[in-house]
Amino acid sequence: MEDLKTKQMRFEDKGVGKSKNNKGNVVDEKSVNEEKEKHPEMIIRTENSSMYYGDFPAIKNISMDIKKNSITAFIGPSGCGKSTFLRAFNRMNDFIDIFKHTGNIYVNNVDIYNDKIQIEQLRRDVGMVFQKPNPFPKTIFDNVAYGLKIQGMKDKNLLEERVKDAIQQVGLWSEVRDDLKRNALSLSGGQQQRLCIARTLAVKPSIILMDEPTSALDPISTAKIEDLITQLKEEYTILIVTHNMQQAGRISDSTAFLYMGDLIEYDTTHKLFTKPKFEKTENYITGRFG
Amino acid sequence: MNNIIINRLKDKIFKAWGIIATFIGIILLAVFIGDIFKDGIQRLNLDFLSSLPSRFSEKAGIKPAMMGSIWIMGFTAIISFPLGVAAGIYLEEYARKNKFSSFLEMNISNLAGVPSIIYGLLGVQIFVRALQFGNSILAGAFTLSLLILPIIIVATREAIKAVPNSIREGSYGMGATKWQTIWYQVLPASLGGILTGVILALSRAVGEAAPLIAVGALAYVPFVPSSPMDEFTVLPIQIFNWTSRPQHGFIINAAAAILVLLAITLIMNGIAVYLRNKWQKKLSG
Repeated sequence: MEDLKTKQMRFEDKGVGKSKNNKGNVVDEKSVNEEKEKHPEMIIRTENSSMYYGDFPAIKNISMDIKKNSITAFIGPSGCGKSTFLRAFNRMNDFIDIFKHTGNIYVNNVDIYNDKIQIEQLRRDVGMVFQKPNPFPKTIFDNVAYGLKIQGMKDKNLLEERVKDAIQQVGLWSEVRDDLKRNALSLSGGQQQRLCIARTLAVKPSIILMDEPTSALDPISTAKIEDLITQLKEEYTILIVTHNMQQAGRISDSTAFLYMGDLIEYDTTHKLFTKPKFEKTENYITGRFG
Repeated sequence: MNNIIINRLKDKIFKAWGIIATFIGIILLAVFIGDIFKDGIQRLNLDFLSSLPSRFSEKAGIKPAMMGSIWIMGFTAIISFPLGVAAGIYLEEYARKNKFSSFLEMNISNLAGVPSIIYGLLGVQIFVRALQFGNSILAGAFTLSLLILPIIIVATREAIKAVPNSIREGSYGMGATKWQTIWYQVLPASLGGILTGVILALSRAVGEAAPLIAVGALAYVPFVPSSPMDEFTVLPIQIFNWTSRPQHGFIINAAAAILVLLAITLIMNGIAVYLRNKWQKKLSG
């Protein structure tokens, strides 16, 4: 915890979200190793990260560190850039032709916007769960096995084991153990979303991005998913975008408040919700706008 | 008050006109099919299906024409399916949206409207002469493939567009490459729509006579083709040939052959509808 605080101090010293450092963009092996030594517990670090859709700046010069095995919530009004920011960590924004990124984003100390990285490999390591449950129109088994199959895993026993493990991890095993051959679309919305999480877990990522994972679900399914997310923290680092401030308060360790592309405030969830440093943050979390 | 009466009257007039417009095609078709059925059903038997053509109407059959149609259909499917589907996938999943791709799209739509005889003339030049296929099944199949390619491309694109983007995102998010996403997710989810389009395109090709006459399909073929390089005839040409003869017996034969052709088309369309329904269910759970 202490380490996290010092990082935040460092961050705040620079002036919120407006920091400029002159490190330059060229990253070689040596500097990667240096980064690693300097920030051993930080699984994600962004440096002066800016993102544009054409000329429109969606994210403005954000530098932040995210600690391993923590849950970080991103909050902010619609259009503040929190989804864009989240999708940068597995480069899902690449599918938008006019998207541009400047600055550096390190995941496990690797600069992921370096031309040399393999995007497929990055996406295996940084899994994603989407707003609307999106199981493939295939069987439950094939949904969870998909990530392993596309990596070339053919051993049937091993596949079955990994699929079972993943489904057990999300607490869905007792509900679907007898119909793994059923079409995944026949599950309820909450079950579908847990299946999508299982599908992501099956390939053993280190980070899971969640883009409003409960906004399409009923309260009971939401509670189950929230429980699941808190359990997953043991093994994974979780970044979650949410519109629901109670949700951010309930499950996250740190919270980042974004507004119009700026990172306004980033602190432990407890501090941000009880003693926000900025008026904008306070106005937003008390529901005065947004 | 007066206005209301007039407006209601307009309403009724349009409704009546709509009913007439809807039924006019169906009634005419029913009369036509009924007439053919009356003439043709008496001639429709196994002998008719398995006999060679003849000078004598009561001995003449459609075996070479039917087998020719089947050969042509088979090869047209083999040629047009991979080309049309690959082009559709490319345009929908790979091509960037720019002026060049919209130029391509516009031209493909226009190609679907080119008269079939033009394709026939193109086929003579390219397949019969330049590539020296001769007046063969292969030349005919390539020509018909060109004819239905635009239809297949458009149908493939529509089917691929109908696959929700969330499925693609899910697949990419798992670390799949573009081709893996297409092969494991997009194609299985859109195959029903693609096959529907291919079958409808083929059922159009099976009724074509003009382009095949242009590439040199024969009117009289006293043998069943045994290789793709053989000369051939098809049902529509046989029908055309018989209807142009003066003897009443051949008119009866033509009617019977039309029934066979209609049956083939209906079966193909039936399969297309079945596939469409089946895949729609699969996509929506």
